[in-house]
Amino acid sequence: MLTYIARRLLISIPTLIVISLVIFLLLNLAPNDPMAQVPLTVPPEVKEKMREALGLGQPLYIQFIKWVVQLFWVEPQVFIDYMFETNFSEGKQRVISWQTRSPVMDIVVQRMPQTLWVVGMSYIVGILIAIPIGIYSAYKQYSVFDQVGTFVTMIGYSVPPFFTGVFVIVIFSVQLGWLPSIYDTTHVVVDWDTFKTQLKQMVMPVMVLALQTTAMINRFMRATMLDNLNQDYVRTARAKGLSEWTIVMIHVLRNSMIPVITVIALNVPAIFGGAIITEQVFKVNGIGHQLIGAIYANDLPTVQTITFMFAFLIVAFNLLADIIYGILDPRIRYD
Amino acid sequence: MTEVVENKTSNRSKLRDVWDQFKSHKGALLGGFIFFSIVVVVMIGPFFWPFEANGIDIRSRNQGPSLLHPFGTDQLGRDTLARMMAGGRTSIAVGLAAMALSLFFGSFIGVTAGFYKRLDGILMRFTDLFLSLPLLPLLLVMMLLFREPLSQAYGPEKGMFVLIVVSIGITSWMPTARIVRADVLALKEREFVLAARSSGTSDTMIILRHIMPNVLSPIMVSATLGIANGIITESALSFLGLGFPPDFPTWGRLLNDAVDYLQQYPERVFWPGLAISLTVLSINYLGDGLRDALDPRMRKR
Repeated sequence: MLTYIARRLLISIPTLIVISLVIFLLLNLAPNDPMAQVPLTVPPEVKEKMREALGLGQPLYIQFIKWVVQLFWVEPQVFIDYMFETNFSEGKQRVISWQTRSPVMDIVVQRMPQTLWVVGMSYIVGILIAIPIGIYSAYKQYSVFDQVGTFVTMIGYSVPPFFTGVFVIVIFSVQLGWLPSIYDTTHVVVDWDTFKTQLKQMVMPVMVLALQTTAMINRFMRATMLDNLNQDYVRTARAKGLSEWTIVMIHVLRNSMIPVITVIALNVPAIFGGAIITEQVFKVNGIGHQLIGAIYANDLPTVQTITFMFAFLIVAFNLLADIIYGILDPRIRYD
Repeated sequence: MTEVVENKTSNRSKLRDVWDQFKSHKGALLGGFIFFSIVVVVMIGPFFWPFEANGIDIRSRNQGPSLLHPFGTDQLGRDTLARMMAGGRTSIAVGLAAMALSLFFGSFIGVTAGFYKRLDGILMRFTDLFLSLPLLPLLLVMMLLFREPLSQAYGPEKGMFVLIVVSIGITSWMPTARIVRADVLALKEREFVLAARSSGTSDTMIILRHIMPNVLSPIMVSATLGIANGIITESALSFLGLGFPPDFPTWGRLLNDAVDYLQQYPERVFWPGLAISLTVLSINYLGDGLRDALDPRMRKR
């Protein structure tokens, strides 16, 4: 198991480097001038100096190496300094935002919890809803419950989050006035009342994202459960006289979970995409909101770093899925 | 497509089989009908509708639904129904074009990876890499970077169209490639491919004559899902304000405009949102039915 995990970890490092190269090249080879916003009255030689100050005068590969060193070497040092109050990173150049002139990572660290909180909650809620419904739909195939479940799933699968989000705002905030339409990230939970406020403002963004997750997972859960329920080992288990609960919940469920785990991991990019839109709809000042702001402000280092952070999260989730995969199915470990 | 099967009679009966199975899926039939109706209304509707999508009539602004304007008017007095039809044209055109491009990339990479063993490893790593890219952020970045130069080269609307179609195309081919590769891997070992090879057929001809017709059904299923994905992605980009220029209606753009008036006119978000959802829902049902109909194992039941 340990070698399996180690091998997965080693594979993800080149993946991350190639992804960072793709992001870097996309941003730097594009015909786009970061100096375009500078007034025309600034003389060309001053502009040249400004370009050099931004590190744009050097060849591309040096720019890339510098960015990678900053991202993979300096930033972890800053993190260690912060954790253990050491000073490894003193005087080292960090990735600086052109917009705020402060290190990009500081902004990311401020914004990340909101995103992870909303995305994580919605994922958990979605999984908790989808799996029981999927199991029951497959067990009672073509029943009324199954038909309704499939239809609701199809809707969740088809209706984009920017419509569901706006739609629930119209109903619950504008018409009924029950829930706030804007997520207040400065809100701190101290007692029961503030907890209720927090719960109220989280309901809509989490449910909008959860609908997407539920639909995706439920579809696969039902399909793989159906595949497994018709297998010979289920008949054997029934012949042995095991209870239906044991057969479905232990034998069939464990076998069905393997493809579902893959789907859960493979859909993390879609969920982060959905999170960007949901953050925009509900004005959650998470990492996606920051990305959109940076894109409008033409702030390349921030865009680069945040896009990379998304890639990092996606690779991390895939890694996690691989490990769970190994735990669930012993055959994969020895592959 | 007629060279799919050996002779004409079996060709007809196979299509009949597919159609019979498709008909038995009520949702798919209804989905196909709704999608077809939406396409027809959007394509020929503007020729019969008296209002222009960009015809400003400031005196009749912010009207609710009436006989003259069934969907109401917006803050500049433009007829919402006319804008919905114009927006639908763009959205569906983007969906179709992006689907075609992503199918082309997906089938090309899938067939190449499945057929040539040497290229399989590297092409599949490439696919995995694309699958772990954060696609929406990258799409947004592409919009940011290539908007200006393409607008200058082809004009603001055509430039954006090309940009959106190409970016959706190159970020959505991966599922198709994987499915096609899996099918090609199995097909390649079949006797008819061996027979073709032993009679001296070149690789290109084997792929075109024997492999491609047999992977058409998974490609067709991905095609339906590809249209849905294209429409949703275009709307998402327009919704975030990084799609087509503001005076050029698409469904996502209309939704984005309506959000600004959420407090005063909440009903305005309803029409574009409903159009996107209904189109995607009907396409997904169509795809579901198509998958069942094209799968011979399902047909035997």
